[in-house]
Amino acid sequence: MKLQSNAVTGSETFQANRAAHLDALRVVQDAAALAAAGGGAKARDRHLSRGKMLPRDRVANLLDPGAPFLEIGATAAHGLYDGAAPCAGVIAGIGRVHGQEVMVVCNDATVKGGTYYPMTVRKHLRAQEIAEECHLPCVYLVDSGGANLPNQDEVFPDRDHFGRIFYNQARMSAAGIPQIAVVMGSCTAGGAYVPAMSDVTIIVREQGTIFLAGPPLVKAATGEVVTAEDLGGGDVHTRLSGVADYLAEDDAHALALARRAVSHLNRDRPATVRWESPEDPAYDPEELLGVVPADLRTPYDIREVIARLVDGSRFDEFKPRFGETLVTGFAYVEGCPVGIVANNGVLFSEAAQKGAHFIELCSQRGTPLVFLQNITGFMVGRKYENEGIARHGAKMVTAVATTSVPKITMIVGGSFGAGNYGMAGRAYQPRFLWTWPNSRISVMGGEQAAGVLATVKRDAIERAGESWSAEDEAAFKRPTVEMFETQSHPLYASARLWDDGIIDPRKSRQVLALSLSAALNAPIPETRFGVFRM
Amino acid sequence: MFQKILIANRGEIAVRIIDTARAMGVSTVAVYSEADADAAHVAAADEAVPIGAAPPRESYLCGDRIIAAARATGAQAIHPGYGFLSENPDFVAAVEAAGLIFIGPSAEAIRAMGLKDAAKALMEQAGVPVVPGYHGDNQDDDHLAGAAEAIGYPVLIKAVAGGGGKGMRKVAGAADFPAALQAARSEARNAFGNDAVLIEKYVEQPRHIEVQVFGDGQDAVHLYERDCSLQRRHQKVIEEAPAPGMTPEMRAAMGEAAVRAARAIGYRGAGTVEFIVDGSDGLRPDRFWFMEMNTRLQVEHPVTEAVTGLDLVEWQLRIAAGEGLPLAQEAIPLTGHAFEARLYAEDVAAGFLPATGTLAHLAFPPGIRADTGVRTGDTISPFYDPMIAKIVVAGATRGVALNRLARALEETRVAGTVTNLGFLGRLARHPGFAIGDVDTGLIARDLAELADGVPEPALLRAVVASAALVAAGLSGAALEGFALWQPLSRDLVLACEGEQFCVQLRLHGPDRATLVLEGGEVHAIRHPEGWIVDGHRPLPVVKAGGAIYVFAGAGGTFGLVPVDPLARATAEGLGGDGIEAPMPGLVKVVYVAAGVGVTAGQPLVILEAMKMEHTLTAPRDGIVAELFVAEGDQVEAGAPLIRLETEEDIA
Repeated sequence: MKLQSNAVTGSETFQANRAAHLDALRVVQDAAALAAAGGGAKARDRHLSRGKMLPRDRVANLLDPGAPFLEIGATAAHGLYDGAAPCAGVIAGIGRVHGQEVMVVCNDATVKGGTYYPMTVRKHLRAQEIAEECHLPCVYLVDSGGANLPNQDEVFPDRDHFGRIFYNQARMSAAGIPQIAVVMGSCTAGGAYVPAMSDVTIIVREQGTIFLAGPPLVKAATGEVVTAEDLGGGDVHTRLSGVADYLAEDDAHALALARRAVSHLNRDRPATVRWESPEDPAYDPEELLGVVPADLRTPYDIREVIARLVDGSRFDEFKPRFGETLVTGFAYVEGCPVGIVANNGVLFSEAAQKGAHFIELCSQRGTPLVFLQNITGFMVGRKYENEGIARHGAKMVTAVATTSVPKITMIVGGSFGAGNYGMAGRAYQPRFLWTWPNSRISVMGGEQAAGVLATVKRDAIERAGESWSAEDEAAFKRPTVEMFETQSHPLYASARLWDDGIIDPRKSRQVLALSLSAALNAPIPETRFGVFRM
Repeated sequence: MFQKILIANRGEIAVRIIDTARAMGVSTVAVYSEADADAAHVAAADEAVPIGAAPPRESYLCGDRIIAAARATGAQAIHPGYGFLSENPDFVAAVEAAGLIFIGPSAEAIRAMGLKDAAKALMEQAGVPVVPGYHGDNQDDDHLAGAAEAIGYPVLIKAVAGGGGKGMRKVAGAADFPAALQAARSEARNAFGNDAVLIEKYVEQPRHIEVQVFGDGQDAVHLYERDCSLQRRHQKVIEEAPAPGMTPEMRAAMGEAAVRAARAIGYRGAGTVEFIVDGSDGLRPDRFWFMEMNTRLQVEHPVTEAVTGLDLVEWQLRIAAGEGLPLAQEAIPLTGHAFEARLYAEDVAAGFLPATGTLAHLAFPPGIRADTGVRTGDTISPFYDPMIAKIVVAGATRGVALNRLARALEETRVAGTVTNLGFLGRLARHPGFAIGDVDTGLIARDLAELADGVPEPALLRAVVASAALVAAGLSGAALEGFALWQPLSRDLVLACEGEQFCVQLRLHGPDRATLVLEGGEVHAIRHPEGWIVDGHRPLPVVKAGGAIYVFAGAGGTFGLVPVDPLARATAEGLGGDGIEAPMPGLVKVVYVAAGVGVTAGQPLVILEAMKMEHTLTAPRDGIVAELFVAEGDQVEAGAPLIRLETEEDIA
């Protein structure tokens, strides 16, 4: 069924929505530009003067010319560490090399020598997690001084800290997911294990170094005086130590060698879904900015969004007359079959049951799921609690948690409370989670949270026989409202890697397509659901 | 009419003759040298016979083998084409002696026109105007100087047996005459083994106008004139018909003179009477003089075909088969205007040096006549004339035809060898040529501009950008060029004639790109026919044999090769001053001594170990500084064997 849009593209509302979305987008664009600039002009010039390629150019020259690059965590660490680690000091994303999708992890040595801040570790691990889930070969473009020493407590000791990188490499290699390292700069101490733990390692002559301890530490420890090149340069490692396999003349050569290494991986996608010929949506995705209200509180029909994401704007809606606040149905995105689960209002028991039913269907058929989140939560109140909305909600959460088909989540509006769980929030490990610049995420709305706190306080004050003026109450609520406002902003969320990145809503279709394509590098195992509370 | 003929030629003329023969239902036999086994004319013919090695004197000039081939295949007649044996009277006699028909004039007619001074004397007798001059046997220096004086300076000294400009000297005044005479004689002797010269009036602003004639042995007609004034060192470059500025009186006078010439020798078949015309004061019936007669089909005959609508090869065959002249003089039509440009594999910038190469691509625009003997994938070999094609266009008027010529040249695509295409294109756009102000000195005067193929920087950027977009191997798929925020910048390096172009390619989607290259940034938009670069029409691009060819019309053809970043030798040898034993063993042979120069890869020592002989080679070029071992020594693993001099030692 082709969806029919009711949007009036020239209308005042449309234009106002568009303007507001563009404003929100500009903030993210600026943040992304800041992140892409890495350690700033001076550091970049110094980097270039050493004959090195800038990190983004390294990524570009690794990938096929014109290949799409799905970057993850593009604004990671934004506003953290006083802005010292733009992009968290590491570029990560999925690109294509000789047609093979790979996960690229590229240190940015212009950011504090490429050292690992806590968010750097987190981003590196997230990239590896995606690679592991999607069976994507990993290419590490290494140029890093290792752990960021002032932050060592948040980088070194815990389970999901630095050591996990090498654990992941070993586990992925064991699982047949190729690990390739290109040493294009320092690779010191723990960092030395990235190339050492890789299946294939390339090192750039008189530029790449790999050692457990650098010359200063060696001198301090044993008194031996040695140059970095003699200690662990490209010549040493390809001729004497065997730590690296190929010696490259420079960055361009190294990347070409890495491309060649990927070309010999002898991999093919597993057969998973039945692809159709892709088709553009009948409605221009550009219009998304106008059809989605600027204010999250304004309800709108989520089908307006679906019509601008899916092939031919065709949507086979499932159970359209039941549990209408959750829209479910089948469609194609760039030829890939998907099951869409989208919010169209607050979740009621029927909607939750319908969601669980639909997820079962998709799991049975091996159809990937796309969640379009715009949810204030499950309905509250006596009627709903008494009819067991928690039980019905639990069914949907169980289905979401235990399905084996790839899930892609896109937060296109609010993401509040338990609605986040039922709609495959971060904790439910979707393969990818993307957010729009207008989205907000928190346990509940700021006003509601402040209201809850104020009610508790008022009760206490009044129990003590005192009174609380409306002004005092407003003053009490303000900091909570402000805190929620700050913390629910997508830049705040993305800086902390609660998602894989904020995207331009107009690129949602491409992002979904690339996410699906990446996810389908892995086979889809049979689903085994948990116990549904009936 | 013949049932089968043999074509004693190759290349475009052989193909062209085969085409007409086929249209007439005549079977064809091609002959070919070893170099031409896969040539177009062999493929075009019904049968083909190998006649020897690549050099012409071992194949296409071997009359006996060609005659044998004709007899073996049952061909009744031999068409000689042009060049090779086409004007060799001995060959004609041999063909006839073998009982075959030579499609062309008699041996006598060829002989009569073969020696220039004799031919001129003959023509003078027949009432054909000849250039005032001395064609006598008295070769005494003073006598010749006197003759020059009598003719009036400036004069031209020419070798009697000459051709192609050899043994030719222009003399401005009496003082220069003796030296010029000596030089002309010496050249003539070397080139032709005959140092006899003749002296002619030097014609100011000379034009080369020739008249196409046909004779049947008794009668003769003419098919009007061709103007071949655009020459470079006596090589025709662009020919046209009719001649610009031709008047009915002049045409009648020249036509009659040509027919008289043909009749005078009882000419049979196609021939061309060349005249030199004084163009300094327009075309006047009293200012043309006989130069020579070519007793064969001319290269430029297609322009005559274009303005008369006749097939000259068909006429040749019909006359040779014994039919009379197909049309009477007054029935021969003349309409419109035609041009022919000769497309050569030659390096204009290097002084029109003949070039070779394999044609990675060859295509002509529709709606024109292109006579060619090569196809995409064929090779221009060094053995034969490097002509690729004759591009022939016609139009109702000279202006229309010339525009079409210029356009056709711009749209002709040749890749894999350098060509004179750009030169021809500039010539077709030459303002003097456009108004018909032609003479044989035009090209020489404006050569610098005509030969200047250096492209405009903006065009070069468009060319490099177009090639880079192809080199990138873009598919135009929906997700191509996708990036969340900033587009990625991909480096591409392309090599073109020893130069390297570095390009940074940024895609903004499947249909839009920015390229940063030397001299600026260009924007490209995908179009069904290619990429629109900075608003210009897409340049046609062809990928062949690892190269990318961009056809920039009049701007030229560019062959760019993407540089593979892997195709670079790793600079081995760092720390390679010493050669060590890779394992324990016995030094079996030592090839070098201290002080000896060695090159990388040269064997230095043979080490016998584990029942194998291991050859240890020089890791780099250098000089042996020290030998640590002698033959028969037992060495341990890692033992130093030889040290090469370090660069410091040398310095």
